[in-house]
Amino acid sequence: MRKILLSLIIVVIAITFLGRLSYLQIFSFSAEQVLEDPAIKAIYDYPERGYIYDRNGHLLVGNDPAYDVMVIPREVKPLDTLEFCGLLGINKEKFIEKLRKARVYSPRLPSVLVPQLSKQDYAKLQEKMRKYKGFYIQKRSLRYYDTPSAANVLGYISEVNEGDLAVNKYYVQGELKGRTGVERYYEDLLRGRKGVQYIQKDRFNRDIGPYKNGTIDTLPEQGKQISITIDKTLQEYGELLMNGKRGGIVAIEPATGEILSMISGPTYDPALLVGRERSKNYTKLYNDTIANPTWDRSIHAQQPPGSPFKTLNALIALQEGVLDESSTIQCYHGFYVGKKKRGCHCGGGLRNMNQGIYQSCNAYFAGAFRKIYEKFETTDEGMDVWEKHMRSFGLGDYLGYDLPFGQKGRIPSKEYYDKWYGDNRWSSSYIISNSIGQGEILATPVQLANMTAAIANRGHYFTPHILKKIEGKDITEPKFTEAKHTTIDPKHFEPIVQGMADVYRKRGGTAYWLQIPDIEIAGKTGTAENFTKIDGVRTQLTDHSVFVAFAPVEDPKIAIAVYIENGYFGSRYAGHIATLMIEKYLKGEITRTDLEKRMLEKTLEAEYAKPYSGEEFKINERVW
Amino acid sequence: MGKSSKLTSVSGRSILKRIDWLSVFIYFALVFIGWINIYSSTFTDEHSSIFDFGTLYGKQLFFIGVSLVTIVIILALEVNFYERFSSLLYLISMISLLGLFVFGKTIAGATSWYDLGFFNLQPSELAKVATALALAKYLSDIQTDIKRRKDQLYAFLIILIPAILIIPQPDPGSALVFFAMIFVIFREGLPLFYLVILLSLILVFVITLMYGTVWLIIGLALLIIILFASKRKTLKIPVIPLSLISVAVILFSLSVNFVFNNVFEQRHRDRFGLWLRLEKDPNKLEQIRKSIGYNTYQSEKAIESGGFFGKGFLEGTRTKGDFVPEQHTDYIFSTVGEEWGFLGTATVIILFSVLFLRLISLAERQKNAFARMYGYGVISILLIHYFINIGMVIGILPTIGIPLPFFSYGGSGLLFFTILLFIFLRLDTNRLKESF
Repeated sequence: MRKILLSLIIVVIAITFLGRLSYLQIFSFSAEQVLEDPAIKAIYDYPERGYIYDRNGHLLVGNDPAYDVMVIPREVKPLDTLEFCGLLGINKEKFIEKLRKARVYSPRLPSVLVPQLSKQDYAKLQEKMRKYKGFYIQKRSLRYYDTPSAANVLGYISEVNEGDLAVNKYYVQGELKGRTGVERYYEDLLRGRKGVQYIQKDRFNRDIGPYKNGTIDTLPEQGKQISITIDKTLQEYGELLMNGKRGGIVAIEPATGEILSMISGPTYDPALLVGRERSKNYTKLYNDTIANPTWDRSIHAQQPPGSPFKTLNALIALQEGVLDESSTIQCYHGFYVGKKKRGCHCGGGLRNMNQGIYQSCNAYFAGAFRKIYEKFETTDEGMDVWEKHMRSFGLGDYLGYDLPFGQKGRIPSKEYYDKWYGDNRWSSSYIISNSIGQGEILATPVQLANMTAAIANRGHYFTPHILKKIEGKDITEPKFTEAKHTTIDPKHFEPIVQGMADVYRKRGGTAYWLQIPDIEIAGKTGTAENFTKIDGVRTQLTDHSVFVAFAPVEDPKIAIAVYIENGYFGSRYAGHIATLMIEKYLKGEITRTDLEKRMLEKTLEAEYAKPYSGEEFKINERVW
Repeated sequence: MGKSSKLTSVSGRSILKRIDWLSVFIYFALVFIGWINIYSSTFTDEHSSIFDFGTLYGKQLFFIGVSLVTIVIILALEVNFYERFSSLLYLISMISLLGLFVFGKTIAGATSWYDLGFFNLQPSELAKVATALALAKYLSDIQTDIKRRKDQLYAFLIILIPAILIIPQPDPGSALVFFAMIFVIFREGLPLFYLVILLSLILVFVITLMYGTVWLIIGLALLIIILFASKRKTLKIPVIPLSLISVAVILFSLSVNFVFNNVFEQRHRDRFGLWLRLEKDPNKLEQIRKSIGYNTYQSEKAIESGGFFGKGFLEGTRTKGDFVPEQHTDYIFSTVGEEWGFLGTATVIILFSVLFLRLISLAERQKNAFARMYGYGVISILLIHYFINIGMVIGILPTIGIPLPFFSYGGSGLLFFTILLFIFLRLDTNRLKESF
């Protein structure tokens, strides 16, 4: 016992020590401790954010230097406060308060004293800076916008929040990140990659040299320059036309799916969300919940598409063989759903497909719609076929464009109606409104534009997209460069295209007086009924003005959808804007200045104020 | 006498043949690893030669050289020199401890050094060697019978005198080391009863601080009930001694409370509080980590951050950043932990353990009682240093500032630990002789 006691103690001590050490070094150890290591500081070197150009190489977004006045409180020596405050453009009390706050934060670490000096102030201050010990100027880079428009497409950047930090380990507090639009979707391209330099520190938080001699440091990777498909001129022009109007415009190049312009009204100047006034402006925009300028209507607003939708029903009728071009349907200045009559503005009489389209006959399409369903034994079967054709045009689902947000729209399915009416307790006459683009159908302006592009291409489309080039090289992503074919045979498109062209060409066409000299356009007007709730009462508002068009008819360069809320007849606001936009894009100038003048001057503010007036109001008034 | 002279005169060759090379190898391994870590802890980016004696690692290298020379001298001296002069050496070292009260140099609040110009000598280090020798000499004396009370008292006095002289320096850590030599007396026949009492007192002390006197009494009562229940009826229950012991335990527990709250200073209370994890409030814990517990917290963190493989030589960020105070001296083990990981720390612990076990087997094979007892003295001293130092650095013992043998920076320390060990290894070369 005496002889082995000490040996026993030695073994017990060794086991205890090894146990404790394995607890510390094996079980408590985590690799992330390196990041928490108080002895290592990471200094970041931020690359310049990539520039954004339009499709023709015009600058849209660049960077502007900004100058922050920084202070390290404990290095501050007595100074001529009055003169310094004069140079900084702040008063003495504010200066003392800011200095106090900086000292509270940390006497050793730099704090921002005055953020984002103007270039003029910077120039004045720069020469005298050496007189003020403990202060220095730090250069930063701010977004600079070379256009007052396209705020909805370009998006903005802002400081990362707690959520971003939790999701993406790349970011650290205080860094900037794209929040909406292209800035968000192509964040990784535009941002580049920051360089990191690791510094070894001692327990007083002083730098004592590079960590591991800088072997794990990285150099910054520059942000990529990108070109987007937007045409700066067209975008700016469209936003001018949208003056005082709410709604969305989307123009697409049918041959590529490139989005030429994407307009949401009302909008705002992107420069408002940069610089010192940023948070004030943002609050103001964000709090305008009625006009909602930060809400991108071109991709978010889901509205009944109205009459442009008739073209698709005509195509389905042809594809399913229930009608041909010469089949006629009688219009009794409307049509009957059971015993209830629904009106029609076309003038009545025997209508064929061509007339049905260019005169926008409701009765013709109600008849066509019925015939599609009558082909099948059950409504369910008819519904499935109809839905399949509709969805092949990119309706009722996200289109897959390269913007971070969007809405699906709605193409109702049999399940939808089964839920609504009960299993099999509905038939085509219940859903007849779908024939004229009302009813349960919803679509966003970008979906309408895409649908128009598919008609212009006679049967296929390219997924609409916004990115054109990265560092001068065209994108090759198959998602955007491969055609998506609709379920309608190309041969069926010609009569529809001709009908749409007759909308402009033929006397009695709904846009006869909007044709552009020397350019053949095909289009379709739409007038969509809509409702809102005022104090809980369902109230009808002035119809939405809708227009889709493409031109030239034989070699389409542009397909456009215009949706103007409460603009009444399709040919009125939407028709005007569509024809002007097409002329601007194809000719580069406007010959019909009277139309242009009207659009620039007329606003719908009075119309939009009606539901909020608290008084009785009339809808669908004839203004001009 | 004549025989032994002949043996020693066979000189160098026979000593080198008989010396225990395993112990020598481990000694050099530990000194080497220690110096590597001192280099890492005190290295700065201004590249200077390792022989630059202006740097701490340079100085330590110089003392390693001095130690080598000393080893040669120790091995060359006649083997009976140590036994013969042990009493004188003990006397000299006690006088040198006394002399500190007059001529001592104060460093970091402790008057523990003589200023010898080129280096500071710490006489308590000499006293460790001298006491181990003197105790061995006394116990191995033919006149001494450790079963006798009087002889027990003398043996204790040999240990107690230097401890008492060292406590007021103040250097309680070094004083504690001498008590470890009780193991020597045990080995030679001190009743185990003493050890049981000592361990019981420590147990009662800890339980009182952690759970309070009330729980101690409840535990004691439970223990007695179990004892009664398990006792066979035929045997008499020792009621009177049992009740006496119980009363003594309760009184001791109460006195622990009193001493802890009224005699101890706050810093002592904090140290024990930290050790026994008495503080549960996270805010106060944070406070303790920044003040009294700073060393322990930083050293634990540094060791933890090393992980299994460590960060590599000279790559310890916390070491470089000087986060652990006294890292090259008492906290040198945390450098091992950070830079060499679990592999490094386990290696060091295994090296020490093998050395200790080897020394025990060396001690046990001595025919000569003096050599055996001195061997046990050496083991006791090295073991208590190792146990308290590493225990403190890895946070399972309270902060008591004593160095890690062969590792920690410090000239006197390294020199006297070397002397301590190699005197025994020299004695061991003569192990077959019953007397020198």
